[in-house]
Amino acid sequence: MKEKLVCIGNGMAGIRTIEELLKIAPDKYDITIFGEEPHVNYNRILLSPVLAGEKKFEEIVLNSEEWYAKNNITLYKGHKVTEVHRLKQTVTTDSGIVTPYDRVLFATGSNAFIIPVSGHHLSGVVGFRDIKDVETMLSKTKTGKHAVVIGGGLLGLEAANGLLKQGMDVTVVHVLDTLMEKQLDKTGANFLKKALEERGLKFLMNAQTESILGEEKVVGIRFKDGKEIPADLVVMAVGIRPNIELAKKARIHCEKGIVVNDTMQTFDPKIYAVGECVQHRNALYGLVAPLFEQAKVCANHLAGLGYSRYQGSVVSTKLKVTGIDVFSAGDFLGNLQTEEIIFQDPSAGIYKKLVIKDNQIKGAVLYGDTVDSAWYFEMMRDSTDISAMRDRVLFGQAHLGDAGHGENRISLMSDETEICGCNGITKGHIIKAITEKKLFTLDEVRLHTKASGSCGSCTGLVEQILAAVVGGDYSTSPKQKPICSCTDATHDEIRETIKKVHLISIEQIMTHLHWKTPNGCASCRPALNYYLLSTFPQETKDDYQSRFVNERVHANIQKDGSFSVVPRMFGGITTPNELRAIADVADKYQIPTVKVTGGQRIDLFGIKKKDLLGIWADLNKAGLVSGHAYGKSLRTVKTCVGSEWCRFGTQDSTQMGIELEKMTWGSWTPHKFKMAVSGCPRNCAEATIKDFGVVGVDSGWELHVGGNGGIKVRVTDLLCKVKTQEEVLEFAGAFMQLYREEAHYLERTAPWIERVGLEYVRNALLNDEKQRKELYERFLNSQRFSQKDPWEERVNGLDAHEFKPLADLKGVAQ
Amino acid sequence: MKQQWIEIGHLNDIPKLGSRVVETDSGNIAIFRTSNDQVFALKDRCPHKGGQLSQGIVSGILVACPLHNWKIDLKTGEATAPDKGCTRRYEIKCENGQLWLAL
Repeated sequence: MKEKLVCIGNGMAGIRTIEELLKIAPDKYDITIFGEEPHVNYNRILLSPVLAGEKKFEEIVLNSEEWYAKNNITLYKGHKVTEVHRLKQTVTTDSGIVTPYDRVLFATGSNAFIIPVSGHHLSGVVGFRDIKDVETMLSKTKTGKHAVVIGGGLLGLEAANGLLKQGMDVTVVHVLDTLMEKQLDKTGANFLKKALEERGLKFLMNAQTESILGEEKVVGIRFKDGKEIPADLVVMAVGIRPNIELAKKARIHCEKGIVVNDTMQTFDPKIYAVGECVQHRNALYGLVAPLFEQAKVCANHLAGLGYSRYQGSVVSTKLKVTGIDVFSAGDFLGNLQTEEIIFQDPSAGIYKKLVIKDNQIKGAVLYGDTVDSAWYFEMMRDSTDISAMRDRVLFGQAHLGDAGHGENRISLMSDETEICGCNGITKGHIIKAITEKKLFTLDEVRLHTKASGSCGSCTGLVEQILAAVVGGDYSTSPKQKPICSCTDATHDEIRETIKKVHLISIEQIMTHLHWKTPNGCASCRPALNYYLLSTFPQETKDDYQSRFVNERVHANIQKDGSFSVVPRMFGGITTPNELRAIADVADKYQIPTVKVTGGQRIDLFGIKKKDLLGIWADLNKAGLVSGHAYGKSLRTVKTCVGSEWCRFGTQDSTQMGIELEKMTWGSWTPHKFKMAVSGCPRNCAEATIKDFGVVGVDSGWELHVGGNGGIKVRVTDLLCKVKTQEEVLEFAGAFMQLYREEAHYLERTAPWIERVGLEYVRNALLNDEKQRKELYERFLNSQRFSQKDPWEERVNGLDAHEFKPLADLKGVAQ
Repeated sequence: MKQQWIEIGHLNDIPKLGSRVVETDSGNIAIFRTSNDQVFALKDRCPHKGGQLSQGIVSGILVACPLHNWKIDLKTGEATAPDKGCTRRYEIKCENGQLWLAL
């Protein structure tokens, strides 16, 4: 027989937990849900737009009656649970229903705090918590004129804005002299107050309410200083209190909220709690992102899986007042140990402040320009070292070289504007998917629309759209992401385990780390294969079926299924013989397109898979080998002419390029790896946008790292200056090895360096000569196993099945 | 037209978690072998943009198209959500290691 689960509360946290539970254990429980409100689950974050008349109630419903029915959930709407009897294991309601349980989930949420001044019970005094409050307010907008909102916090200002839009004369009363003091510093609050005053809101700051006036209906408010103002409606938005009455009555341990551990379990092991009623590690949360994280963890334990833990959340806030952009996160006030970076332009209405400690962002306040909020928030959560971009960080991500993506403000964009250039997804598509499919997270939007799922450069825009549609406190992705949905392990955890346990096959990793799928997927298998090869190059057998087609076939697949082939030309130098061989092959196999690549090589396009072996055999005869233009590996070393011919050249860049390429070809890397060598600071080989760039100067060589010329242009950081060719080779090998051993699979050097910080790389290579030499040694050792021409191996018979059909039934049937 | 079974080769001619093609007058058919030696046959064209499914990475009973990573169910030929589309499937059987395809 199924166990019985009773969920007390029909709001966002409770229902999210049930949804997560149904995903992983659909048949474990008979589920009963009690909700005090006479409605299905709706999106409480969007009450403000309903009040402002921008949305209707039906538009904010999250789970329809059909959803409850389809999942065999017994729903009691409008029933208040009055008792949880822990000995008998039953739940009783005010309507007399008694339901037995095996597990209870408390998701009772919170109540608006009503200041107990005289007159607080009068008709026309409301909180701002549920749809009933909104309906009461909306009915008053038809008859009354004056509205007073007590409380100048997030909720109060959203209520005031809504009432103003409904045509009321609105005064916000705040007990302090700073609005939204929980989210804003004084300067930010002043910007906000000024903007709201321009819209017509009135403010009474430092005002203490003494009593609410009226006999049955409210007519006004009196303050402690004796001042009185008229009011037909009073909204109390001074805060919320966790709704823990029922839990207390059942003698479950409560402090400010219902106390839970990291598995969301209360002091009664049969009883769990999630949401605003919960106190976890002394913190209470009122935003949706942490509640959803709690829901996921709680579902994991209700399902009996027992491995997930909730460890608290970093939260950020956005104000949902259309046209006013406010963002705040973390420790936005700072203290004696922190520094601040500030930008302020009062006439443009822009204020940005970052609170910094030890070169990491600890908090942020943004007013007027919140385009980069997601970026700052991510760096804050990831403790990114910002020392290299301190002077530019306030100007936003766009000023760090993320060029060429056009408009940055989604509110100004039309629905036809293309957001995701890779997949051709417009703003309209994304909004439609979010509203129709009720999406809340970036991952969900990616799954349903593919937007930002390819190159990722539009992630910030997609997050903004999400914030605009579902409300500011949309769920953010957890800090430590598993590498794919086949596992809960992160890239770093997998690498560590491989090394520590000495795993040498994909099956071993999957067994050891409890993979959820039988053979992983197209995302994790290539990553695991790479991690094994780069950790134990000698012992690991390359898993051919875990490689993307290009690395399996050693050519680049094209859109029509044909392949392209690029022979290696060390340092970009070729000979008449090589060119003749290429020309002969192009003639013999009727190759339709011959093109010079961006990396100074020759690319042959439109080759049938069956012809690959013949072409390689011919190219091999002229001494040409695979150029690895298809791999997550060393691509090319681009060079300029250098001192041999150029009148400006200070160093022999072509020779240096040849040496570098001879040393590094054939090496597998987390992502493609490009190099260039310029013979003088004019830098004709464009070495400063390569993964490893070398620039000759009169006295030696400058070494540059972490550049990128692709989606997101990034100029290299200068690593150091060296004198000799041997040093260049040693640093190149050591740098590549550090990247190979520590970057995540499919992470280019640019984002890797931004993640770990340039200082980290400098410390490893410059300050620790022993470590550098060891890295170099390991690189050379690994090359002993990987510097084999894959074309020659296949011409000699390796993987023969790959290049011919299983059977030819042409003319046989059909 | 009447269906006929044609012998196309041996199970061991296809690597585990791999695929090979059978050429026919109406285009290639991709034959897949899973980790537990089940075999499936699909038209070698992704319903999205015609990518060759035989070149994709096989895991479980899904193949990821090499062009844009659509995941196609080997049993049904259908794309997995949120993508929509279906590629033709063919009857295939394995008897004593010999593979037979129905055309």
